[in-house]
Amino acid sequence: MRIVVLMKPVPDPGEERLGADGRLDRAVSAVINGNDEYVLEAALQLVEANGGEVTLLTMAPAGITDPIRKALAMGATRAVLVSDPALGGACAWSTAQVLAAALRTLEYDLVLAGADTSDGGGGVVGAAIATLLHHPYLSRARKIEPIEGGVRVERISAAGHDVLEAELPAVVAGTQLLGEPRYPSLRGIMGARSKEIAIRTLAEIGLADRPVGGAHATTTLVDARPPASRGSTRVVRGLEPVAAAAAIVDFLVERRAL
Amino acid sequence: MGGIWVIGEVDAGGALTKLSGEAATAARAMGEAGSLDVQGVIVSAEPDEAAASLATFLPVVLAVRSPEARERPAAAIVAARVAALAAAADDPPAYLVVGATPDGRDLAGALSALLEVGILVGGTGLAWGAAADGVPAGPRVEMQPFGGRIVTTSAFSGPRGIVLLRPSMVVAEPLAAPGRVEAVAAQGTVNVAPVRVVERVVAPTIGPSIEEARVIVAGGRGVGGPEGFAGLGELAGLLGGGAVGATRAAVDAGWVDYAIQIGQTGKTVKPSVYLAFGVSGAIQHKVGMQTAETIVAINRDPDAPIGEFADLFVVADLAAVVPALTAALRARAG
Repeated sequence: MRIVVLMKPVPDPGEERLGADGRLDRAVSAVINGNDEYVLEAALQLVEANGGEVTLLTMAPAGITDPIRKALAMGATRAVLVSDPALGGACAWSTAQVLAAALRTLEYDLVLAGADTSDGGGGVVGAAIATLLHHPYLSRARKIEPIEGGVRVERISAAGHDVLEAELPAVVAGTQLLGEPRYPSLRGIMGARSKEIAIRTLAEIGLADRPVGGAHATTTLVDARPPASRGSTRVVRGLEPVAAAAAIVDFLVERRAL
Repeated sequence: MGGIWVIGEVDAGGALTKLSGEAATAARAMGEAGSLDVQGVIVSAEPDEAAASLATFLPVVLAVRSPEARERPAAAIVAARVAALAAAADDPPAYLVVGATPDGRDLAGALSALLEVGILVGGTGLAWGAAADGVPAGPRVEMQPFGGRIVTTSAFSGPRGIVLLRPSMVVAEPLAAPGRVEAVAAQGTVNVAPVRVVERVVAPTIGPSIEEARVIVAGGRGVGGPEGFAGLGELAGLLGGGAVGATRAAVDAGWVDYAIQIGQTGKTVKPSVYLAFGVSGAIQHKVGMQTAETIVAINRDPDAPIGEFADLFVVADLAAVVPALTAALRARAG
């Protein structure tokens, strides 16, 4: 099974900041987006059990390779990095078009993506890519297994979960319930150094004249400001349990919550 | 100039979701401010009930009967029908408003590709904004990214777009008199290989949904285990039908189900009261609950980060405080 994992480097959660241009500052130390690590783990387990290989597909500035090296060290076979100065400030719709165009240059049976990203949070790019490529889209996966000619996914639903099946190629978006990602082994880290990271420009994926990237972003930042203060925290300590409980009840009454 | 379309979501029982009423109310406010017509759209195997419900919020609702929506995940089908409806409309919509549920996100992503428009996700606020500084008039969407360390307002660069609205950002307000429902034939083709629903598994639920509850009693690693969560459930019951929530650490430990996980990879909630027991307040959890009106934290660790943003921070041992608080609430209830 040939799997492409869409992997996004994100600023280390807690360290994010905006640059002077109002865009996310990508110079902050980057890590693999959390949900992407879960789907990478699922992809590695699928190829270990059924054969095949895992290709990472990333759109990022050319300098951000640490998260890609880590994913290669975890066991991915190779990486494709779409990188172009025009892509700075790209919106979700641009990102979907770029990744879909890059996928058209690759051979695959299954595309896996994280359910959403910690720096964007929309959780919409996977569905847009699947729609552009006319692939079935199976989101919110907690389990992914191959079936004859297709894939079976347990999708988290409002009531529990749905069991879904679709033919390949398909796009699946996964969640943390897929299971804990592995740590790279020392051998994996050594081996990752010689693995290929193929860098592709917009022209090389056939988008040279398309309206994608920061200059064509469909959304724009109007204003950024610090949040309104919640007010000071009232701290209660050193009380006996009954007195502590009374303090909570009094506070809830004061806030008209009881 | 096109108007605003609200794409209503239908639950497994055929009823309109609560969030759809909120989306309709938010869209109506934008329509009034921007002088745009607002209408609803329901695409479903049996759209009548949900369309009638949506029409209590909007003057016109299009009901599109699409039988294949029964045995397939809704998003791909709804997206194809809405895109075809928009393409055939005399006055195609400028903006679509969709609830930011899992299905709503799938729908918005698919519609983005079919209509070639951008998406804004409303985290904490949604309003109409006049043209200014090269940004056209249109929806202004407020978010609190980066764990709430910043508040941003974003807009569409052009005249069209899709707004994803998070739950509990607005209070749903019906119209004085309900609008009308127009049955419309399903148009367009679903140009995607089908996804089959083989089975729908309903998991047992514990109490009310955390997304709709006014009071949430949340537990973290400090709760210690499933027994501790049973105690929080009792407490929630004494707080006017509160719901139990959890941090990822508690879910990963297997104490409670993922369905009640709050935070970055779980749900985002905005209750009136958030009682956090043994919750450290890590940024991944904070992003899911920071807009709660009142936050009360009980933690043994005086240095827990939640102490920095709670309204009341009680430094105490849960094992003793939970029973004492339960007794106190019971005594109040008489």
